[in-house]
Amino acid sequence: MLKVITNNTANFFKKIGFDIVEFIKENFGILIGFAVLCVALSIISPAFLTESNILNILRQVSTNANLALGMTLVIIICGIDLSVGSIVALSGTVTGGLIAFSNVPITAAVFAGILVGTLAGVFNGVMVAYTGIPSFIVTLAMLNIARGAAYVYTGGQPIRVMNEDFNVIGAGYLGAIPLPVIYSFIFLLLTAIILNKTKLGRHIYAVGGNKEAARFTGIKIKQIEIFVYTFSGFLAAFSGVVLAARMFSGQPTVGNGFELDAIAAVVLGGTSMTGGIGKIGGTLIGVLVIGVLNNGLNLLNINSFWQLIIKGIVILAAVYVDMMKKRKEAQV
Amino acid sequence: MSKVILEMKNIHKRFPGVYALKDVNFELQAGEVHGVLGENGAGKSTLMKVLGGIYKVDDGEIYIEGQKIAIHDVEDSQNAGVSIIHQELVLVPHMSVAENIFSGREPTGRFGFIKKEEMLEKAQRLLDFFHLDINASQLVCKLNIAEQQMVEVARAISFNSKILVMDEPTSSLTEKEVRFLFATIQNLKSQGVGIIYISHRMSELFRITDRITVMRDGQYISTKMTNQTNVNELISLMVGRELTSYYHKISHGLGENALEVKELTRRGVFSNINFNLREGEILGFSGLVGAGRSEIMKSIFGLDRFDSGEIYIRGKEVTIKSPNDAMNFGIALVPENRKDEGLIMKGQVGYNMTLRILNQFIKFINVNTAHENQIISTYVKKLGIRTSSTLQLISNLSGGNQQKVVIAKWLAAKPQILILDEPTRGVDVNAKAEIYEIMNRLAQEGVAIIMISSELPEIINMSDRVIVVRNGSIAGMLKREEFSQERIMHMATGGIS
Repeated sequence: MLKVITNNTANFFKKIGFDIVEFIKENFGILIGFAVLCVALSIISPAFLTESNILNILRQVSTNANLALGMTLVIIICGIDLSVGSIVALSGTVTGGLIAFSNVPITAAVFAGILVGTLAGVFNGVMVAYTGIPSFIVTLAMLNIARGAAYVYTGGQPIRVMNEDFNVIGAGYLGAIPLPVIYSFIFLLLTAIILNKTKLGRHIYAVGGNKEAARFTGIKIKQIEIFVYTFSGFLAAFSGVVLAARMFSGQPTVGNGFELDAIAAVVLGGTSMTGGIGKIGGTLIGVLVIGVLNNGLNLLNINSFWQLIIKGIVILAAVYVDMMKKRKEAQV
Repeated sequence: MSKVILEMKNIHKRFPGVYALKDVNFELQAGEVHGVLGENGAGKSTLMKVLGGIYKVDDGEIYIEGQKIAIHDVEDSQNAGVSIIHQELVLVPHMSVAENIFSGREPTGRFGFIKKEEMLEKAQRLLDFFHLDINASQLVCKLNIAEQQMVEVARAISFNSKILVMDEPTSSLTEKEVRFLFATIQNLKSQGVGIIYISHRMSELFRITDRITVMRDGQYISTKMTNQTNVNELISLMVGRELTSYYHKISHGLGENALEVKELTRRGVFSNINFNLREGEILGFSGLVGAGRSEIMKSIFGLDRFDSGEIYIRGKEVTIKSPNDAMNFGIALVPENRKDEGLIMKGQVGYNMTLRILNQFIKFINVNTAHENQIISTYVKKLGIRTSSTLQLISNLSGGNQQKVVIAKWLAAKPQILILDEPTRGVDVNAKAEIYEIMNRLAQEGVAIIMISSELPEIINMSDRVIVVRNGSIAGMLKREEFSQERIMHMATGGIS
């Protein structure tokens, strides 16, 4: 099963302009770390390398994968999006509320939830592009606004949605594969295509690499910025609806701190916080490292307080090693 | 005149590949205002940076009041009594005048707390001493530019400086403010302070200086008593170099008017700019750095707005609001600073080269890689760009090759009007010659070219006509048969010819 997935993945990647040799070269350090982590876990815990656990990991990382994909684009253009966790909650509660309180048809409710979250992204983009307020501040404000809106709409209580048709969106399967994994896979392809195969992608790198040069080149910087924050908002909103469906409820508290896991994954994947550099393949590895680490620490029964500390140390160590490597390359 | 307070002897300073200062000698007396004059890149600022401890000398000796001293850093220089007021002000806007004057040396009490009263009082005494109508407790950002300049002067003097260096101090001042500054300088002179005054402005040098030293190409040329020299002599000292031979201009017939600019004005930046540019012509734009040449071009290219005026392309009036508009009319602009404005330094050679013409090989999500590579290799060959691969990072190329990539990026868009802003800055002699060849070829093909350059020989050799810009206005236009370094320099500096 796993082999089928990886083979198919590799084939798909080739079609979207993905170079496996380049990928391994660029992410060598973290790939080694990832391999060591997987080998160690499969030796220590027999439960690790089972089909059900692997599918479990993939489903668990699917939300973070979506958010990290959007975050990759945001960080490539030298920005940050702190609002994604709150948008997850907002879109989930809006969809849940429309179904449970207002008897809106499921399709319409799902659409509305995604729309609300996407609009939050549009707002972020417009503010960043037109006011010059730093993205950190704009999205920090949106983090509060979206979370607050979710609380106001729900009165602070989870909205139960006992509807099987809705639940299937988040808990269903395609063959043996959980639907959220399928969604993430589609978004992964979409994002990779945008970055590698379109004018837009090359413009995104240009805006992040050197905004002034992009301006001299005639690239419409504001449009690029609005697109990127909108895309990030959309992915967060979609994830929020899927999460609400799987949990049978729209919860205003969900998604707290998700933005930080997404940033961690992007950074682990080698995307530069100073903009202009970043690859979707790297982000995927970053997401998997965090996912496997969480899963492994759970399997080993390490308590969640310690898990946080370990995660922090891993992020720091991995990024440090990566920086050292790049500094060495730069000197050659 | 009185005693010598500063002597710099046989100063050498090399940067990788260039001799910035070669055997320079300089002398300053107490109570003297000593002007330093030279073209852009003549070595004036480098010399002052050596004195200020920002650069270390490679060879040579510095004596202050007869004592040989070693200047390793800024602190050494300050302790020796040297203060430098740089062209850009370095005051902290949201701190008071007093805090700025004493920053880093605030009078403190027993527990390290700042004695604010004492500091204010000291600062005020200093300001009063120069008859400056400035309140020491005021925030710097509330002062006008001239007043800020005076605060810089006061700060410099508060170090008990014996030597004060002013680098283009009047570049942002109005005439009234200049008078104010000159009064202060006279005041300092009478205290016995020696002042080194760097400026391009002839009229000011004749108003305020006692002696003038001319530098050229990193070398000391001559020192003249101000009252025994004149503008003509100074200018011929400044430019008196041989024209080098690797320039060659191919002349040929010119075509129709490609571009015409009428009364173009951007308030406070440039005003009433009129010129025309013909097909196949190379029109040089000369002038001092900061005269407004790049700004004019940025407005024509749609990067900056302008307040009034008209732009005609091939006889038709056009509206240009963005670089995209300009490109649609066939205009390309190769910017002045390739690292900041021209290239994505984190990107590859091929990526940079095609960023402007993605439409030619990307249709939605279909990248025609073969066509892309063909475009790239065509321009690599055409411009002789030396790179190990088109996937090489642009930052690994030499300056000359980077510059050629920027030019290629714009040539790929097949412009009919090409604006080159300092096209050979920071590139080696070979690359220079190659860039001139490219320009000649393009002109022969009928491309209309504007070349902004601060290098006189380049302007004179390559241009069909030269427009000289001074303080945001066109100071004059010269035809090829009227070219001379002296005439251009006269127009650029405002000297009377």
